[in-house]
Amino acid sequence: MKRIYLDHAATTPIDPIVLEAMLPSLTGNYGNPSSIYVEGRAAKKSIEAARLQIATAINADTREIYFTGSGSEADNWAIKGIAMKNQAKGKHIISTTIEHHAVLHTCQYLEKQGFEVTYLPVDENGLISLDDLKKAIRKDTILVSIMFANNEIGTIEPIKAIGEIVKEKGIIFHTDAVQALGNIPIDVKDLNVDLISLSAHKIYGPKGIGVLYIRKGVPIDNLIHGGAQERKKRAGTENTAEIVAFGKAAELANQHLEENAIHMKTLRDVLIKGVMEKIPQVRLNGHPQQRLPGNANFCFDYIEGESILLSLDIIGVAGSSGSACTSGSLDPSHVLLAIGLPAGVAHGSLRLSIGKSTTLEDINYVVDNLVVIIERLRKMSPINAECPIDDAVFEKADHHKH
Amino acid sequence: MEYTDVVMENFTCPKHVGEVEGANGIGQVGSPACGDIMKIFLKINDDDIIEDASFKTFGCGAAVASSSMATDMIIGKSIEEAAKLTNSDVVDALGGLPDVKIHCSVLAAEAIQAAIEDYKKNKKK
Repeated sequence: MKRIYLDHAATTPIDPIVLEAMLPSLTGNYGNPSSIYVEGRAAKKSIEAARLQIATAINADTREIYFTGSGSEADNWAIKGIAMKNQAKGKHIISTTIEHHAVLHTCQYLEKQGFEVTYLPVDENGLISLDDLKKAIRKDTILVSIMFANNEIGTIEPIKAIGEIVKEKGIIFHTDAVQALGNIPIDVKDLNVDLISLSAHKIYGPKGIGVLYIRKGVPIDNLIHGGAQERKKRAGTENTAEIVAFGKAAELANQHLEENAIHMKTLRDVLIKGVMEKIPQVRLNGHPQQRLPGNANFCFDYIEGESILLSLDIIGVAGSSGSACTSGSLDPSHVLLAIGLPAGVAHGSLRLSIGKSTTLEDINYVVDNLVVIIERLRKMSPINAECPIDDAVFEKADHHKH
Repeated sequence: MEYTDVVMENFTCPKHVGEVEGANGIGQVGSPACGDIMKIFLKINDDDIIEDASFKTFGCGAAVASSSMATDMIIGKSIEEAAKLTNSDVVDALGGLPDVKIHCSVLAAEAIQAAIEDYKKNKKK
């Protein structure tokens, strides 16, 4: 059966051009980039070429690009590194309630170490308020970390405006742009951002390679200690092949940014329109306009997300959900709760994320089949318009004790 | 996480979905906040034998499969026997459930017990 992959926010397939670019580094170009002989120098050269490709993609200097083992490592490094280095100035950090766990859990860890974190709330569309941000800033605030675009609901935060507010106060500003790269233009010179986390596998590169952009002169401690790699800032023998791949993927993403975004946005709007028109009792999550070009996130009343995912998987479609049943915990997505959805409704969420190879036929197939799937699952559900979820009589079962 | 073939079969083609006509014992357990609600309908005859059973479930694949399997297992049994159905009986019949989904089978056993209690309460009236 033909598979329709609509989970590009989770990861993307490697572009054949990227694969071709990285293969020589897995075979012939095996030298340790720190070695002074020919093999080492060749590896070093390919890494520096990739660094330039990434720097170009975000309008940065090559000396501001540091390779990491993942986007999560970049987030950890940015937040812990700034907190440790600048704690004499203050121990207050500002973030949001809808960050990726790599940011959220790092902040929670720092709270245990004596730091204070203010988590800015978001409105029903997932946007933070600039007024809230201004009010949250204190004399001892050393870092603001706000994501560029949300991975679940696709809402794009006003990064430039945030940067202006934060810069004026002399506070360091980090943004997790893992979902933004390749989808919306990122220009570090225009944005007033000090640190940016990036990841290759969201832009048709391989998994296990990330980047932290660190603006020149920003005081930050190291996270990974050891050798002198990455200008003595990030130890560990360089992952040459994946670095090369990330460079190529970033170059391609930058070259085709506009056409890819238009393609995805067109299909996304067909998908959203189709679902909203053909299926009753459905809501679109995230900002209606200010959202990632490939992201569609819905909540279907009266049914649960994993059942939708399983049903889609059976007919060849891959998607994801903020349902607790897909996360291994009993709590639904913190992002859906943060935009004000009741837990019962948040369980019925479905995220479909479009990629550059998605076709109109794919979208039509998904919409037509979703109509049938949702109807079938609703027939099976004990809740409906006459017996809504909030009025459903239930007994707290033993296993549900948190 | 992977479901067994039996679980998938019971999810894609569940047995006994809906509301049994003439149900005289109805039990509902779970909580929408936690993502599962299971409602069981029983039709019990004068000899306390379950003639028919059905379910309506809001939940994941494991919850639907557990409901389907559990209702199938108690049809034809006395309410005394049915009340003894444990969640591990349901798990075994499904060929196993992932650890994080065991609670779905617990819910099925509890919903049946709740339906039987409801029947007993109605009978006393």
